Amino acid sequence: MARFAVGDRVRVHKQFPPTPPSHIRTPYYVRGHAGIVERICGAFRNPEELAFGRDGAPEIPLYRVRFRQKDLWSDYEGHEDDKIDIEIFEFWLDRAEGSEGETA
Amino acid sequence: MSTGHDDQGHDHGHHHHHDHDHDHLHPYDPEHHHPHRADQDDSMTYYRLMEEAVRELMIDKGLVTADDIRAEVEAMDARTPANGALVVARAWTDADFKTRLIASPKEAIAEVGHDIGPMKLIVLENTPEVHNVVVCTLCSCYPRWILGIPPDWYKSRSYRSRVVREPRAVLREFGTEIADNREVRVHDSTADMRYMVLPMRPEGTDSMSEEELAALVHRDSMIGVTEVSV
Repeated sequence: MARFAVGDRVRVHKQFPPTPPSHIRTPYYVRGHAGIVERICGAFRNPEELAFGRDGAPEIPLYRVRFRQKDLWSDYEGHEDDKIDIEIFEFWLDRAEGSEGETA
Repeated sequence: MSTGHDDQGHDHGHHHHHDHDHDHLHPYDPEHHHPHRADQDDSMTYYRLMEEAVRELMIDKGLVTADDIRAEVEAMDARTPANGALVVARAWTDADFKTRLIASPKEAIAEVGHDIGPMKLIVLENTPEVHNVVVCTLCSCYPRWILGIPPDWYKSRSYRSRVVREPRAVLREFGTEIADNREVRVHDSTADMRYMVLPMRPEGTDSMSEEELAALVHRDSMIGVTEVSV
C-alpha cells in the first residue's frame, strides 16, 4: 500500500551512504530536496538488495516525484517552471510541509 | 598475448620516422612496420570474462542454448527507432489511439504490431506548453524494446550530467531552441520505468499519410533532444 498520494509534497532523505558497497538509485542531486508526487508507478523489488544477489522482497512503492529546477540548482538558468521528474522508492521519502516552492 | 611490434617498446633503439612517402608498397620489414590501432579483441576484461563464463555455464547446465542467445541478440538488434516512429505517426493521425497510448502504452503499441515485452513504458507528450527530454543519470536505461539500442551520446557522462543541470544549453547543442516561455521537463529514468517522448506533429503535414509521417520521426525526437520538422 502506497504511503503517499499523487500531489503530496515529499522530501528526499539527505543521506549519503558510502557507494560502494551500497547500490543506490536515488541520485545525489535530489537528496534533501522537496517535490510533489507526480504518479505512483507501482511496486517493485528493492534495487538496493537486488544489486547484491538477494531477492529484493518485499516490493516497494515507486513514485515519480516532480522537482522545480530552481529548487535543485540555485543558479539554474531557464524557465521558472522547468522541472525534473524522477523515480524514487518510498523508503527514501518523507512527507514535507507546504504546497509549493521549497526551502532546501 | 603480445601484439607484436607495439609491445617491443620504444626503448630498444627503434626509431620510427613517418615523414617518408607512404604511397609505395614495401616488403615486410619489422623496423618499418606502421603502427596500427590496437585490436580490441585480444583482451579479456573482467566483465567480458564474467559474461563469457556465465553464458558458458548456463549453456552447460542446459538453462539456455547457444541458439536461444543468438535469437535474443538478433531480436534486440532488429528493434529500431522505426518501431517508435510508427507509434508516433499513429498517435498523430488517430486521437483515440493517442489517448490509449498514454493510458496503457503496452496495449496500444501491440495494436501497431510491436511487443514491448516486460518494459514499463511512460509516453511523454510534447505540447506547445511543455517539451520533454529523457535521460538516465545513473547509467543508461533506455526504452530498448521500442527504440532499439541507445546512441553512444545517451550513455556519455557528459550528456547524463549536463542535461539535468542545463537542459536548454544541451538541447541548443542538438539544434533545438525551446522558447523561453515553454517549460522544459527532464525525465530521469532512475528505476523501473522507461520513457519515450511523443513529439509534436509539425505544421504543414495535414495531407501526409501515416507512412509519410512515420518517415519524418527520428530517434532523437523520441528521446526529446530534437523536434520533428518537415
